[in-house]
Amino acid sequence: MSMPFYVSPEQLMKDRADYARKGIARGRSVVVVQYDEGIAFATENASRALHKVSEIYDRIAFAAVGKYNEFENLRVAGVRYADLRGYSYDREDVTARALANAYAQTLGTVFTTESKPLEVELVVAEVGRTAEADQIYRLTYDGSVADEHGWVVMGGQAERLASVVEADWRQGLTLPQVLQLAVRALGSAPEEGGDQRTLPAAQLEVAVLDRTRPRRAFRRLAGPLLEDLLEG
Amino acid sequence: MTHPDPLATGRLPAAFLTPGSSSFVDFLASYAPGLLPGNRPVVGAEPVAAPHGTTIVAVVCAGGLVMAGDRRATMGSMIASREIEKVFPADDYSAIGIAGTAGLAVELVRLFQLELEHYEKIEGSLLSLDGKANRLATMIRGNLGLALQGLAVVPLFGGFDLDRGVGRIFSYDVTGGRYEEHEHHAVGSGSVFARGSLKKLWRRGLTPDEAVRVALEALVDAADDDSATGGPDTTRRIWPVVATVTRSGYLRVPDETLEQVVETVVAERRAQHGHARGGEHA
Repeated sequence: MSMPFYVSPEQLMKDRADYARKGIARGRSVVVVQYDEGIAFATENASRALHKVSEIYDRIAFAAVGKYNEFENLRVAGVRYADLRGYSYDREDVTARALANAYAQTLGTVFTTESKPLEVELVVAEVGRTAEADQIYRLTYDGSVADEHGWVVMGGQAERLASVVEADWRQGLTLPQVLQLAVRALGSAPEEGGDQRTLPAAQLEVAVLDRTRPRRAFRRLAGPLLEDLLEG
Repeated sequence: MTHPDPLATGRLPAAFLTPGSSSFVDFLASYAPGLLPGNRPVVGAEPVAAPHGTTIVAVVCAGGLVMAGDRRATMGSMIASREIEKVFPADDYSAIGIAGTAGLAVELVRLFQLELEHYEKIEGSLLSLDGKANRLATMIRGNLGLALQGLAVVPLFGGFDLDRGVGRIFSYDVTGGRYEEHEHHAVGSGSVFARGSLKKLWRRGLTPDEAVRVALEALVDAADDDSATGGPDTTRRIWPVVATVTRSGYLRVPDETLEQVVETVVAERRAQHGHARGGEHA
């Protein structure tokens, strides 16, 4: 008769975290950067239909890396959550903070109680009336939430890409400036001494939350408009 | 289960994470059916006294359509509101005007707007114009129980068909019947008079500006003969809600423009009556 192995809780959690991290690291990174008139999202994604960045509500957007079916499920849940809340109360009462909380609870519960953690990392961002009022929340597979300022990089090469963004980002950059910075980060060499890649507009998925737009702030940028912005 | 704030249960409830419908109404029907307007229990057999909205007109013009609604709501013989709005954008490329029980109608519009936006966000694309018109029919059908109690909602729906490049109008009955109208249509208590007016004034290939005038004249004619329809209020400067829906989307006609159009219409009519009366005495 075989005896069940004892696995310490520390080991169990570490194994799950490693598993989730490995899954996330396989995907391409997403860069989220604040600019003077809103928040921009950029990622390398040749698909026009399978989005990694999407609209949740009037001033709230969602970006994700990891397993598509898992984050797509969370995105749909977020849209339902926001629309139900806005319908029950008022459009003003739908906030990124509450949504980030709901996501954190969900990710955390799955991480500790289910056999497999969700292999996703999310950003929930809300654009405010002023740059100071912008909110960017980063959520990881175990349900931890970080309130980020200015920029976030998540996904496979997050640390390396973050160093590129960190070096050149400052408050008050314009949209073309942050997009060029984000695309430079996404195309940076995978290891020391490698070649910088130039990513064409067709290989990119880019969207913004534009605070100057009246109600729905979310807008996708593609085609000639994106090419113009990238050329500056 | 039906709590409006899902956070009351901590993590997102399973219903939120279940893949399936892109319809907000369907989601609401399974998760919080009490929030659907048609699902409320009706108490008593007597019809309820509630404000009613009145006349809506829609006119097809070159490259789109114009929809207009007066600003009056009535409760029996009393005027319940002089500035109620009954024409709304359903989404970027369509408009909805409502006649019938005002409270239910406004809620129905809110739900319909959300239904279209919800689909757009989840699917990443717009519903076809026919798809939108059919969704609205389903929602009206859900309200049949209340309609039998005298709380009917009758919308007029119109939009710019992005595939065909034309403006189209749909009318409904209380059972959810959907009928496509051509050229022009009107609903509500003053609709009989408005339709008469539209028949004489409408012609093929109206520009959007001309169509705005035709729609306004139809409302003036409706207000002339129907006590439940309000005409342009020149004392308080309350003008009908008029919107154009074209390839560039839903645009509400600004008050300054409406004021000018109303002034021309009123001046022309005054001049005609002046001649008629003057003629008798001369």
